[in-house]
Amino acid sequence: MGDVLKKVPVREQDAKVRAANFEEVCYGYNAEEALEEAKRCIGCRNAQCVKGCPVAIDIPAFIGRVKEGDVEGAYQIISASSALPAVCGRVCPQESQCEGKCIRGIKGEPISIGKLERYVADWAREAGIRPEGAKEKNGKKVAVIGSGPAGLTCAGDLAKLGYDVTIFEALHEPGGVLVYGIPEFRLPKEAVVKKEIENVEALGVKIETNVIIGKSVTIDQLLTEEGFSAVFIGSGAGLPKFMGIPGENANGVFSANEYLTRSNLMKAFREDAPTPIMRSRKVAVVGGGNVAMDAARTALRLGAEVHIVYRRSEEELPARVEEVHHAKEEGIIFDLLTNPVEILVDEKGWVKGMTCIRMELGEPDSSGRRRPVAVPGSEFTLELDTVIMALGTSPNPLISSTTKGLDVNKWKCIVADEQNGQTSKEGVYAGGDAVTGAATVILAMGAGRAGARGIDEYLSGKGGN
Amino acid sequence: MYQILQARELTNNIWLMDVHAPRVASSCLPGQFVIVRAGEDGERIPLTICDYDAEAGSITIVFQVVGASTYFMKSLKAGDSFHDVVGPLGCASDLTKETPEELRKKRILFVAGGVGTAPVYPQVKWLKKQGVMADVIVGAKTKDLLILEKEMEAVAGNLYVTTDDGSYGRSGMVTKTIQDLVCAEGKQYDLCIAIGPMIMMKFVCKMTKELNIPTVVSLNPIMVDGTGMCGACRVTVDGKVKFACVDGPEFDGHLVNFDEAMQRQLLYKTQEGRAYLAAQEGDTHHGGCGMCEG
Repeated sequence: MGDVLKKVPVREQDAKVRAANFEEVCYGYNAEEALEEAKRCIGCRNAQCVKGCPVAIDIPAFIGRVKEGDVEGAYQIISASSALPAVCGRVCPQESQCEGKCIRGIKGEPISIGKLERYVADWAREAGIRPEGAKEKNGKKVAVIGSGPAGLTCAGDLAKLGYDVTIFEALHEPGGVLVYGIPEFRLPKEAVVKKEIENVEALGVKIETNVIIGKSVTIDQLLTEEGFSAVFIGSGAGLPKFMGIPGENANGVFSANEYLTRSNLMKAFREDAPTPIMRSRKVAVVGGGNVAMDAARTALRLGAEVHIVYRRSEEELPARVEEVHHAKEEGIIFDLLTNPVEILVDEKGWVKGMTCIRMELGEPDSSGRRRPVAVPGSEFTLELDTVIMALGTSPNPLISSTTKGLDVNKWKCIVADEQNGQTSKEGVYAGGDAVTGAATVILAMGAGRAGARGIDEYLSGKGGN
Repeated sequence: MYQILQARELTNNIWLMDVHAPRVASSCLPGQFVIVRAGEDGERIPLTICDYDAEAGSITIVFQVVGASTYFMKSLKAGDSFHDVVGPLGCASDLTKETPEELRKKRILFVAGGVGTAPVYPQVKWLKKQGVMADVIVGAKTKDLLILEKEMEAVAGNLYVTTDDGSYGRSGMVTKTIQDLVCAEGKQYDLCIAIGPMIMMKFVCKMTKELNIPTVVSLNPIMVDGTGMCGACRVTVDGKVKFACVDGPEFDGHLVNFDEAMQRQLLYKTQEGRAYLAAQEGDTHHGGCGMCEG
């Protein structure tokens, strides 16, 4: 028995070895480790962890089942609240959610809730156990736009309630950010994501790929011509932002979206993939979020020396602590309090370097974080052949510009009620990054769940057909 | 899966295929494009829609074999299927936003170069349906590379064919024909629409600027998703960064930074060249020449 104040450590692939492959970094708990960690949970009656979970999983109850050795029971408790537990156990920012509120965390380390969730979900998958679907169909058709975390959750919840759900996906493969954005070494595609999507399909959800809502068909057509009674928009983040500095269109400057999509969705990290990706020597990734870490660690695995260039200090890095920790272990160099000024371009139009300026932290800004201010005269040059911009996204106007009566806010995000996803247009609900701007998988799932609730209230209140 | 209804080689290495894609066929307009993937692990290839039949649920695409992916695509026959076809992508041509009355007042000249003849065709055909007869210049390197001549003749007002080597029709580049028509043959145009290789569009724009003819071009930069998500297709237009997939593909040709656009097209040239060689040579590719890592 280890120290009860500390988490049971989780086994990981050695940092030096994994820096050169795309295999999953974290191995997860085995049965023995999971049991030992579960025993640390004191099963609070007024559990704070549940309040920290955007989909309100009954955490003490599922951990209780793990303690009793009833992993299947634990799985059914989790899947009553989450459609994607194997995903969430891997990518949720637990430190700021469930684990951040854990009573154990006051004196020692919180319960490793994420790793336990992953253990339960992986166990159920390997045992071939699936969530339970609806006993009876109600015959009402709902369209879900986007097959990312928001869409899958909304579709799964509605299918469980008996709705006839079709998901429309713009890309050739379902999964959204789980497939194009998050790399294989954090979230295995075949073994985990594909199986979770199959679970949603097993509930009766249909997925039609290669349909771009707003282009192939509009929301109004779905409602009037294709017989859908309600629509949930979970179309995701949108267009990548660039800095607007000189040299940004040079060959060798990519958005993190492009770089990650090439590697993750198109499998360009494999030598035999038909889709190419630049094999870089030295890379700067601009930004400090999870996407920046993912891009940096991908470039590292493709053989490059990689620098994270971030204008604030380590404390303000928006990425999950675990990702920053893993990135450092693997040899990513952090150039903090550093901001790009110009990308230097050779005579043939390729990136040859980047001029940066040192920053210092001033007074807090509107985000509550201390505002970075340039130190005059502190410019210096990094020699590089690749720059990856991971600065977030702005909303994609495809849907809002083709749907009459759908309001957007001043940032062009779709306006939707947080409680039930309701938009300004009757029968149309929305959630996830399309509403909030770029956020996390679990927040999108929470919004998908709220949207499903809203749609169910709307359609059941309206009476049967 | 998206079944191929017809596949034929138009000329040396340029292929035309009719593909069953009912959602695209019922919603597309001239100027828009699709992205196709031939096989399960295939590359996403953007191709302009060359024709469409909403009733039959089919679209027509034309492609030139330039790399490993298109080399594979040409091996597909009627009855085979594309793994994926998605669209329509991009904005429809601005012409489709005008009324037939407005359009009839305009004297329109299309300039098509090489395989760019394919995306020009649906626009000319669409205009004819609105009662507008547009003039069309079709340029090809040589007679053997000319495509869709008969089809174009049937929908164009006047068709001027020119070959770089003079082997058919007029002789010289398309820019020479533009100059001859406007300066020597008394033609006047209010609008020019040029689609073809980047270098051709650049020089057409240079000439039409001198001749004071507003010009629209259709750009075909490198793309991945085609929905605005990746930003690979960014081009500079009037000093501003635009995404060709959602803001385009058509832009005011006099404002496009062609030199940057051409340079960006070279991004994966070496890797693509190697992959093409590997596809052509098949099992004999790994010759141990020591010249590359393959």
